[in-house]
Amino acid sequence: MNFKLQKIVPQLVTVLAVILVFGFFSYNAQVNMENRGIDFGYGFLSQESSFDVQFSLIEYDGSHSYFRAYLVGLLNTILVSVIGIIFATILGVIVGVARLSPNYLINKFAAFYVEFFRNIPLLLQIFFWYFAALRALPLPQDADAMFGVFFLTIKGFYVPAFVWENFNVFFYSIVAAIIAIVVIRIHARKVQENEGKQLPVLWISIGLIFILPLLSFVIGGVSLSFEIPKLKQLATTSFIYEGGVSLPPELIALTLSLALYTATFIAECVRAGIQGVGKGQKEAAASIGLNPNQVLKLVVMPQALRIIIPPTTNQYLNLTKNSSLAAAIAYPDLVLVFAGTALMQTGKAIEIVSITMLTYLSLSISISILMNWYNKRIAIKEK
Amino acid sequence: MFKYLKQLTSLVAMVAVLFTFTTETMAAKKSKTLKNTQKKGFVRCGVSQGLPGFSNADAAGNWTGIDVDVCRAVAAAVLGDANKVKFTPLSAKERFTALTSGEIDILSRNTTWTLSRDADIGLTFVGVNFYDGQGFMVRKSSGITSTSQFKDGISACTNIGTTTELNMRDFFNSKGISYEPVAFEKADEVVAAYDAGRCDTYTTDKSGLAAQRTKMTNPDDHIVLPETVSKEPLGPVVRQGDSVWEDIVRWSLNAMIEAEEYGITSANADSMKTSDNPAVKRLVGAEGELGAAFGLDNEWSLRIIKQVGNYGESYKRNIADTGILPDRGPNELWTKGGILYVPPAR
Repeated sequence: MNFKLQKIVPQLVTVLAVILVFGFFSYNAQVNMENRGIDFGYGFLSQESSFDVQFSLIEYDGSHSYFRAYLVGLLNTILVSVIGIIFATILGVIVGVARLSPNYLINKFAAFYVEFFRNIPLLLQIFFWYFAALRALPLPQDADAMFGVFFLTIKGFYVPAFVWENFNVFFYSIVAAIIAIVVIRIHARKVQENEGKQLPVLWISIGLIFILPLLSFVIGGVSLSFEIPKLKQLATTSFIYEGGVSLPPELIALTLSLALYTATFIAECVRAGIQGVGKGQKEAAASIGLNPNQVLKLVVMPQALRIIIPPTTNQYLNLTKNSSLAAAIAYPDLVLVFAGTALMQTGKAIEIVSITMLTYLSLSISISILMNWYNKRIAIKEK
Repeated sequence: MFKYLKQLTSLVAMVAVLFTFTTETMAAKKSKTLKNTQKKGFVRCGVSQGLPGFSNADAAGNWTGIDVDVCRAVAAAVLGDANKVKFTPLSAKERFTALTSGEIDILSRNTTWTLSRDADIGLTFVGVNFYDGQGFMVRKSSGITSTSQFKDGISACTNIGTTTELNMRDFFNSKGISYEPVAFEKADEVVAAYDAGRCDTYTTDKSGLAAQRTKMTNPDDHIVLPETVSKEPLGPVVRQGDSVWEDIVRWSLNAMIEAEEYGITSANADSMKTSDNPAVKRLVGAEGELGAAFGLDNEWSLRIIKQVGNYGESYKRNIADTGILPDRGPNELWTKGGILYVPPAR
């Protein structure tokens, strides 16, 4: 009885303290806002926003609501985070492996890269890539075409737009190819377990992913043409490109700096993971006749991943949160659009900041859950 | 639980009020802000992060500008010394929160007076110290001389969190032109991006354009287009709910403008005490009891004029002589063809 009480009382006191602190702050805020004649409420979300945004993944202009502006910001944040995570992971793995290379030049270059980029504040790097790029890039009229169709200019990176006909047929053909590959992989594993034969799964997969969509062009009536950006004159010395797709320089600079910065940390995670696998493991794998590729694929990587994944999750979370520095270089992310312009136009500081905080929290937790699920999948399964 | 807390706090407040009743003057009792300012010994003033002519700090950290002078005037009136001001540089985004949360007591930061700001978010605008309007800056080499030459696809650099963003949309929509808004958090980044060629035009208040033009690599390569696309009355702001403090800030500004109207300057203020004009004598404290209404002495306005100068002196020192906007335009007195007109101080 006494023992039980000892266990419960401190917990009750903690819960009570937390409730009291939160209660005090919300009561305090409520009283102060009342005194200053500030209304509290989320009704503004349905009001017309009346400001435009430079870059949006969904249809948006100032006649839409503040909630739609919030979605625009959120999607832009997700976009830059996803692209950033992909590039940071690819670069991080390459650099991490390069740091273990026996080649002196590659090894030292990778080490230099890691030490250089992880020791300079990210905001400075963002400014550097943005303003250095702006100063270095040509004006639209002076830009040389890359492969005749890409134009990298100070006003953005212009790429040809795809003009599809019967796009759905093409899309289904890709889905069909993916399903076929999954089925073949399951079948191949069964064959190997039962008969010990190895099927050339990789080649079959590559073949399928090319041949099926190709067939959709030949038989399915799919056709693809390109809309190439064309130079348009606005004034004597002022030009832009029309047609095609334009990626704003803000997006490019932000993705580049986030990826370059985060890749250094991922590279260190990868190096730690590979070095964490005992030498004996590799020697044992080689001694049972596995070739170097198989050693890496079947013995080293599965063990290394267990060490790599948890700290890499942290880096993914950091990258997502760091993307809020976008506001400094005019990339319209959640902080710039919603916690910036919308907050200023409505004056609803507490409401907007709380929504923004909750959004980042949900984003981070989603990444966490996804990575934890993956981590569990590759963890040692005790039998 | 909250019900009892409320009762308890009101009880404490009542006791506190009873105590202060006996010790403070009527006005000071009514104005918590005035009382706190006098206790602290300085005026807490929110300004911009650097806009030449309005509020700008030099290398030694001395603030100058016509927005700065409003705060200095209040300090001269309330504390007797125009230098007793603590300046807090604020971004457009932070400014209103800093004021409503009580971090500063006056916001004098080239802020546009609009209905929603005045009525919605717990602020009160006390007057106008600069009549402005939104304009556009372009490169001379572009050959553009009027906004009517703007074409679809034009990119416009500006700041977030300002009325500029809304006006820009109204302007381009009414002309039926599609545009790319590139909005930065800080003015310095807007200037850098526009200067590098990221945008075809830079839009903000015309006074701001004139001031920021001086920061470009080659100021002469840029021109401000003649059209004005919005009304931007800029003025100081205070928190809602302290009407005495509101009156002090309003009349400190009005005193500067009226002093110019009557020809009272920092140099001749003392000698004006013997003037024949009763309006002049009231302003320099030789007649009437104007200060008593705010809980101040009678020489509050004399100190403003002597230490800060009248509005014309402030404008000349900060905006005309620095080459930002030598022509006063609408910011000339109503008697000289402008629209500066303040109620009489009597």
